[in-house]
Order: sequence, then C-alpha cells, then structure tokens
Amino acid sequence: MTARKLPPVTEVAIASMALIVIGGIWIASHLPHHVPLGPAVVLLAASALLVLFNVVALRRVPDFNWASFFAVAKWAGLAYAITAGMLLYVFVKDGTSGGQLVVLTLSLVVYAIHVPLLIGFTVARYDPLPSS
Amino acid sequence: MADVALPAPGAAAEAPARADFEIVPLRGLPIVAAVLVALIAAIAANKLWALEFFHVAAGAVWTSLDLFIGLVLGPILGRLTIPSRIELTTRLMPKILLIMPTVVTVTLASGWQLGRYLGTINSDYRLHGWLVASYIVVGVMAVIALGLLEPANVAVLFELKKRRPDPAVIQRLLKRFIYASGIIGAMQVATLVIMTKVATG
Repeated sequence: MTARKLPPVTEVAIASMALIVIGGIWIASHLPHHVPLGPAVVLLAASALLVLFNVVALRRVPDFNWASFFAVAKWAGLAYAITAGMLLYVFVKDGTSGGQLVVLTLSLVVYAIHVPLLIGFTVARYDPLPSS
Repeated sequence: MADVALPAPGAAAEAPARADFEIVPLRGLPIVAAVLVALIAAIAANKLWALEFFHVAAGAVWTSLDLFIGLVLGPILGRLTIPSRIELTTRLMPKILLIMPTVVTVTLASGWQLGRYLGTINSDYRLHGWLVASYIVVGVMAVIALGLLEPANVAVLFELKKRRPDPAVIQRLLKRFIYASGIIGAMQVATLVIMTKVATG
C-alpha cells in the first residue's frame, strides 16, 4: 500500500457534512413557523470554508493523480447533482422560499461538491501516478 | 456490530487477480431513471397513496439492506478469504452503488412530502420531538454513508479494476466499509423505533 502524507480530506469532509446536516435539522425542526436563520447561515459558512480548505489542501499535494480524481469526481458530481436537485425540487414544491430556500439551496450545493470531491480523493489517493 | 476478523486467514499477501466487472452497472441506470421519474410524478401529484408507497417501499428496502449488510453480510465478508471476498465484492458492490443512493433519495424526498401532506413535519405536531430525533438519526447515517461508506465502496471497485490490485488497499477499504455498514445497520434499529412510533401515534 502506498504510504503518503496526505491532508485530512476525509475528516474535514465529514465535519463539513455534519455542519450541513445540523443546519438542515435546525431549519426542518422549526417549519412551518419562522426559522431564525442565523445559526444555519453560520453552519453553512463554516461548512463552505471546510470545502475551500479541502480544495486548497488537495492542490498542494505533490504528485496527486488529478486525472483519476476527475475521472471519478465528474460522474459522482453528476449523480449527486441529480439527488440534490430532487431534494431541492421537494423544497420548492412545498413552497419554501426566501432566506430558507437560499440556505437550503447553498447547503445542497456544498453537499453536491463535497461528496464527489471525497469520492474522487479516496479513489485517487490509492492510484499513484506512474512516475511516483 | 458483530466482531470482524481482518485480514482473512492466510491470504493477506496474495495479489488478487484482476476482476472483470462494471463499476456502475449501466443496465440498471434506466431502472433508476424510471424510479426517479415516478417519484417526481408522485410528489407533483401530491397523492397520499403514492407518497406513502414510495416512502414505505423505499424505506423498507433501505432499512433492510442496511441491517442485512451491516449486521449479517459485513461480519461474514470480514471472515472470507481474499479471493472469496473479491468475488462477493465485485458482484455485490456495483449493485449497491446504484440501489442505495436511489432508495435513500426516494425515501427522503417522498418522506418529506408525506410529512407535509400529513402535517407531521410541522413543529406544532404532537410527536415533533420524535420527528426531530428521526432527522438526527438520518443525518448521522447520511454523514457516515457519504463520508466513509460510499467513498470506500467506489475506491475498492476501482482498486479491483487495476491490472495489479493491492491486497492491503482492498483490505483497508473493505474494513472501513464493513465497520461503517455495521454502525449504520445498528442505527437503522433506531429508525424503526421512531417510524413505528410516528405511524401509530
């Protein structure tokens, strides 16, 4: 097995998803009444920052197999965009609007980016470049 | 979860042969598409029977599969020899890769719409605490499934597709898959408790 020093992409991605889930539960548990969006926005912003951290950390990995990463991440991205779209459709159909819809949409965007990133990373980390 | 014996007896150093299989079974994609189109129609129509059907049917498949894989198949998988493990993995995991995201999406989307139809997602619903508990259980399961289980599932299939699969990588990823499945399987028991409580009032 290839022993390489890699950034904690999996741990950070799990933390990011946990923040999104907590934000979603916060919103869902208040419906249909007024939802104080402050906590959900803070959780969403923290989750998005963790996505950014993972992207920057991955870009700094020497000899990372980007071809393998993108080969997997693009199809996973398509699949997760579809599932995120389905969930967004339900929210819109239910009449969710305004700030709640914005936060939920952005949460789904973070989810649809971070999960494919994590799947692509997990495949690429075990697929070293031929030269390395 | 039951104990998992890894590595398998006397097989750790063997280099497994390259397996011939599809990572994503393309023949299953039209079925997934048909299910999702039917789900959209059910939500658009907002009919109780259709929503109930999708939520109960997909939820039953999701829960049963998680319980079976996590608590029955996972421990067995951990005790098989490497060749047997690969044989089972290459036949099972591609199907799981299509089935699980589909049933989870169908269960959650139809369940949310059903909750809205019945008023059970409203915060003034009598059993609101139980509903919030179900959100938490599903949330924890989602984080484990998306963060640990699915990446391991995909990565082990890619490893097995290589000309010379690395047995150590396969073992490491399968170990992650087996433990994550076990935790999710155990959490599905909580889902059953909550959902039967909500259904009976």
